[in-house]
Amino acid sequence: MAGMNLWQQLITYFMQNGMYVLQQFGRHFLISIYGVLLAAIVGIPLGIFISRYRKLSSTVVGLANVIQTIPSLAMLSILMLGLGLGVNTVIVTVFLYSLLPILKNTYTGMQNVNKDVIDAGKGIGMTSWQRLYYVELPLSMSVIMAGLRNALVLAIGITAIGSFVGAGGLGDIIIRGTNATDGGAIILAGALPTALMAIIADGVLGFLEHRLDPSSKKVKN
Amino acid sequence: MLISLQHLRKEYPGGKVAVEDVSVDINAGDFVCFIGTSGSGKTTTLRMINRMINPTSGKILLNDEDVTKMDPVKLRRKLGYVIQDVGLMPHMTIRDNITLVPKLLKWSKEKRAQRAEKLIKLAQLPTEFLDRYPSELSGGQQQRIGVVRAFAANQDIILMDEPFGALDPITRESLQDLVLDLQKRLGKTFIFVTHDMDEALRLATKIVIMSEGKIVQMDSPDNILKHPKNDFVKHLIGEDRLIQARPSVTTVGQIMLKAPISISENASLHRALQTMHEKRVDTLLVTDDEDHLVGVLDIEQLDLGYHRKRPVSEVMNREIYFVHESSIIRDSVNRILKLGYRNIPVINQAGKLVGIVTRATLVDMVYDALWGQEDSGDDAVPELKNAVTAQQKKDTIAPAKGALDD
Ligand SMILES: Nc1ncnc2c1ncn2[C@@H]1O[C@H](COP(=O)(O)OP(=O)(O)OP(=O)(O)O)[C@@H](O)[C@H]1O
Ligand SMILES: [Mg+2]
Repeated sequence: MAGMNLWQQLITYFMQNGMYVLQQFGRHFLISIYGVLLAAIVGIPLGIFISRYRKLSSTVVGLANVIQTIPSLAMLSILMLGLGLGVNTVIVTVFLYSLLPILKNTYTGMQNVNKDVIDAGKGIGMTSWQRLYYVELPLSMSVIMAGLRNALVLAIGITAIGSFVGAGGLGDIIIRGTNATDGGAIILAGALPTALMAIIADGVLGFLEHRLDPSSKKVKN
Repeated sequence: MLISLQHLRKEYPGGKVAVEDVSVDINAGDFVCFIGTSGSGKTTTLRMINRMINPTSGKILLNDEDVTKMDPVKLRRKLGYVIQDVGLMPHMTIRDNITLVPKLLKWSKEKRAQRAEKLIKLAQLPTEFLDRYPSELSGGQQQRIGVVRAFAANQDIILMDEPFGALDPITRESLQDLVLDLQKRLGKTFIFVTHDMDEALRLATKIVIMSEGKIVQMDSPDNILKHPKNDFVKHLIGEDRLIQARPSVTTVGQIMLKAPISISENASLHRALQTMHEKRVDTLLVTDDEDHLVGVLDIEQLDLGYHRKRPVSEVMNREIYFVHESSIIRDSVNRILKLGYRNIPVINQAGKLVGIVTRATLVDMVYDALWGQEDSGDDAVPELKNAVTAQQKKDTIAPAKGALDD
């Protein structure tokens, strides 16, 4: 049976190239994480900023939206013209795509914090920074975390495509598979870990998101 | 003066004048209630005090210091602030919530822990609640926390904006009790915004009635009930409360029975006995030649010291309780009802006997206040008439103890 063959081939591939797959898995994960972290470093403060100066919000979110509509392959190619082949191009691409979910969720999260609570915080004498640190961030953290989660899942997909510009990662294995004759098993050997990574990332961040939800706060029994 | 609002005016961008020329002086220990229709500028006024809103013009002095020259954050930490609904941080435990201001003020951890224990007791809630989250408390319990949080850093002035507006009447009343208790025990100064006239009458030492950004009337609850300035105020107080308030502003002179049975101090005991017999009373009020009240003679004294020719002045009791005709009924009711006097003579400014208040008269008055609203077309006549009927009734029940006059 062809299916049996495929699975057997896959297992054989893993046994023979286990270290290589693991290496690419790690590389893939790091590329995604770097891109998302950069996006978070820029996107969260920017989201907070536009929630304070709401007039800017439509412009900034609109811009991020435009970035999102560019097909990822096109984006990679455009950036490659400037940054050349290699991992940097992919990280920048991941960064650009992650910006929108993070920015949008930060903005929404901040907007959704109950105005009475903020008012009370101000009324009892919190400075604007204290309000951010003690009130607004904790109360919007789960929404921000949801943005990070979206961004990371997206990033893992983009990183797979990023192998075309020579950044490495699990995409490399997939490309090898497409180049080899009868390379179905090799493609799977790249695609399955990618999917697994996305699912785990989604699950872990989803758990964090739930834990950070203020409405889940109850006495721990 | 603790706080002085001077000619405050607030014009919002767009030209809406929310507050116009509001001046209020507040002393330490005052409980000031701002009351008025929706949109009359109560919240705006309150929030100008802790600089949540900056006045367009006018001044606010706190201990003679201009608040606009103070750091708003430091100012707010000195003023307790309670708003309707939430106000508690949903992601913090009750302990963290009530010690938030002390934390901002950088109190030590131990001091904050002690404070939390003390405050939860002030709120009359169990200590276990300290480790709960706000969502695990009822609305009333949450607002108890909101109230004591305002005291957390020993603030002397507490601003409250309709703090109990969202609570049911019973819970609201228990929170009012809490606030009153805190005010009495800790001597704080309250500035309180409310929609609820009952609440204002219950809590306030001074009521500020607002309409369209201006002060319509500002006075003690008693004086506002007694002398509502215009129809707006009357309407705000409500017909019901004005009627209920009547006993408190009625003077003794209005309800007393006139022409009490009295006798001259120079009259003989024989004459006194005759009068008692004729009028079927056991006590006589004694006056001098000019009608000044000088004593009281009851049947026992008369019996003990009886001698036909002896003048009343020799045996009468000179220790007498009396009330002035101009005093407020509410103040005399206590003396009459609680001290157990059957009746009390009424004198005028010059000390002359002008009437008497009997228990029956009081019963009648209370009856009038509670039930007599339907036929309150004219005031004095039915009261008097009813008083006489009540008096007669009483006599048929207990003829031996007849009042002085029937
Ligand atoms: N930020 C604002 N901008 C413009 N107008 C405002 C603003 N805040 C309040 N107003 C207006 O100012 C007036 C007074 O408002 P304020 O909130 O002080 O009323 P209030 O007496 O507290 O009413 P309520 O009993 O409904 O709470 C209202 O007409 C309101 O619409
Ligand atoms: Mg208001």
